[in-house]
Amino acid sequence: MSKKAHVIAAALVFALLPAAAKAAKDTLVLGMALEPPGLDPTTGAAAAIGEVTQYNVYEGLTKIEEDGKVTPLLAQSWTVSPDQKTYTFKLQPGVKFQNGEPFTSADVKFTFERDAAADSTNKEKASVFAKIARIDTPDPLTVVLTLKEVNANLLFNLGEDTGAILEPKSAATDATHPVGTGPFAFADWVKGSSITLTKWPGYRAADKIKLDKVTFRFINDPAAQVAAVLAGDVDGFPRFGALDSLKQLQSDPRFTVAIGSTEGKTIVAINNKRKPFDDVRVRRALAYAIDRKAVIAGASNGLGVPIGSHYTPNDPGYIDLTGLYPYDPAKAKALLREAGVKTPLDVTLKLPPPPYARQGGQIVAAELAQVGINAKIENIEWAQWLDGVYKHKNYDLTIVSHVEPRDLAIYADPDFYYQYDSPKFRALMEAVNTAPDEAARLKALAAAQRQLAEDAVNVFLYVLPQVSVAKAELHGLWHNSPIFANDLSAVYWQ
Amino acid sequence: MTTATTFPARAAGHWSFLVGGALTLALLIAAGVSLLWTPVSPYVIDVPNKLQLPSAQHWLGTDALGHDVFSMLLVGAQNSILVGVIAVSIGFSIGTALGALAAARGGWLEEAVMRLSDFAFAFPAILTAIMLTALLGPGIVNSILAIGIFNIPIFARVTRGSAKAVWARDFVLAARAVGRDRFGITVTHVLPNVLSILIVQATIQFASAILWEAALSYLGLGTQPPQPSWGRMLNDAQAQLFQAPWLAIPPGLAIMLAVLGLNLLGDGLRDLLDPRLARRR
Repeated sequence: MSKKAHVIAAALVFALLPAAAKAAKDTLVLGMALEPPGLDPTTGAAAAIGEVTQYNVYEGLTKIEEDGKVTPLLAQSWTVSPDQKTYTFKLQPGVKFQNGEPFTSADVKFTFERDAAADSTNKEKASVFAKIARIDTPDPLTVVLTLKEVNANLLFNLGEDTGAILEPKSAATDATHPVGTGPFAFADWVKGSSITLTKWPGYRAADKIKLDKVTFRFINDPAAQVAAVLAGDVDGFPRFGALDSLKQLQSDPRFTVAIGSTEGKTIVAINNKRKPFDDVRVRRALAYAIDRKAVIAGASNGLGVPIGSHYTPNDPGYIDLTGLYPYDPAKAKALLREAGVKTPLDVTLKLPPPPYARQGGQIVAAELAQVGINAKIENIEWAQWLDGVYKHKNYDLTIVSHVEPRDLAIYADPDFYYQYDSPKFRALMEAVNTAPDEAARLKALAAAQRQLAEDAVNVFLYVLPQVSVAKAELHGLWHNSPIFANDLSAVYWQ
Repeated sequence: MTTATTFPARAAGHWSFLVGGALTLALLIAAGVSLLWTPVSPYVIDVPNKLQLPSAQHWLGTDALGHDVFSMLLVGAQNSILVGVIAVSIGFSIGTALGALAAARGGWLEEAVMRLSDFAFAFPAILTAIMLTALLGPGIVNSILAIGIFNIPIFARVTRGSAKAVWARDFVLAARAVGRDRFGITVTHVLPNVLSILIVQATIQFASAILWEAALSYLGLGTQPPQPSWGRMLNDAQAQLFQAPWLAIPPGLAIMLAVLGLNLLGDGLRDLLDPRLARRR
């Protein structure tokens, strides 16, 4: 090349360098432990679905902020009738779906009816959508929900991923190609590897979105997660799984490590209809036999708050029931004898992939062995868990973490996989729903929590912590998870 | 100086046999001792003392849940031997029978057996193990079955090849001329003559079985917790790669030494039991 060409080439490179550097600052690679099985949160139970799509691709009528507060989203404002059974929502005007369809009250009606249908597999069908008696759409920007019974958590529920608003033309294919009203459009899904979202220019507040392209990479293995963070392959890992490796990341100035909490109630779930677990004394024996502190220390590197019922300290009305069944193997053995259980008792303990289950399961099995219960460990994959345990209730014991917030209502459903059938508890939940004021509601919530603990429906272990690791220049990632979501509209590079 | 011709004399001078024998003996002693005694029970979980370096209490340190690594190694040896012995026995018994049958009968039966063994041979052992796991659940029994099935065609081929050579020899032809039936010839003439080759093969397959068991346990398809297994110890060590990288060394070394020992033993036996050398007197 001639000298002049060299100079021009160099000038071009220098001119483009800042552009290249700037361009890198609006793409993001986030690491995720689990790959979602589909991308429609209104039909799938996996929390990973919401992690990718909630507030990014889909939106609901309301939004849950990082501190758990409910704010408007697709619903601009709402009024609640005095009997708390009628909600009138005024919808945001000028909203479109990513396929060009306009967002109207008809879409809300379509989505909620689909969620409540007989064949719906929505996680919150029984607790939320089946309780809607009527949906009226007097005009395209107004929706009126009339409930069969009071649901004090309705506004919160509508902000969860199960309340995402879909539109009829794309609903059937949302699981593979999600279409919503959110700021990011679905771009690509490389199965087993990553999902990519790109900024949707048609979003009503597109100028506020600072990221252009976001890639979620699935890295299951904790050691691989550490390696990816250290190598810079991922810019952030909102729910980091290698809790044993935090020390070296905390001392590394390139990264920020934040420890927060989730709504994850890590439990040893018991199949309440299987002998001998149908006897409350046997379930109580399990609770006495398991030392929460040991499980937290071994499975969660000491991070995690013990719980005594299906409720977390963050939730309103929480009471501390951890003292109801302190670690007491002798008492556990005595209860088993009293219940007439022949030891050694052989049961299976099905463990899904996460470390809280696989590591925690080994500790639980060792502790149960001390009281004469031989828990045979079966390590299974999520697909097998969702099918065998969740759907077909084919298990004795399993360990799992329920990250849906304030979901006491699942215990009122005798068909839920715990198979806990208690009219007394249902009456208590009814009291929660029909409570005349906040004080009465908190009192009723306390009674409900206590009932679950006294019935020892499951062994309640601890609150799943959230450990978030990110490059120091990345801001806006959630450090607490009232719901499992990654609100990318708030994320930016400095 | 006369060349050593008796087996013990030749064995004493054969370094491959000696080293292999010593390592194999160490493996057997480790497993044997662990049946009676281990420093600490490998099933005891002691989370406050996790990831410790070697100490007087824990000779090789502890893993992520506080298990004593040395005790897990000893009991893991039991595991490896168990899988090795049973899987190779399955392959040996069924494979030798098939191979001997193929060599004795010849014709379409021999072709059928050989093609079937080709098919089984071509099928990756890992896939067989995964299939069995999907059908019957993970566990040590399924890994034994998978490895055993994988061994059958190996023994079938070796037996058939060696047996055919024996069938062509004079004393066998004489026996046939006299009117002895094929089964009798197989039992009295063929099998004793191929036995030495089969012993060598079995030793080498034992080594391979230990390696396969480790691989399947590493993948989570073999021995399940809390039963210690060298392969699963490797996988657990991998999860601790950044804070306790030394955890991978004990199980890795154990697998290496066990497999090396058995392979050397097999090589040594092959040299020592070679009929040509044995006949030279």
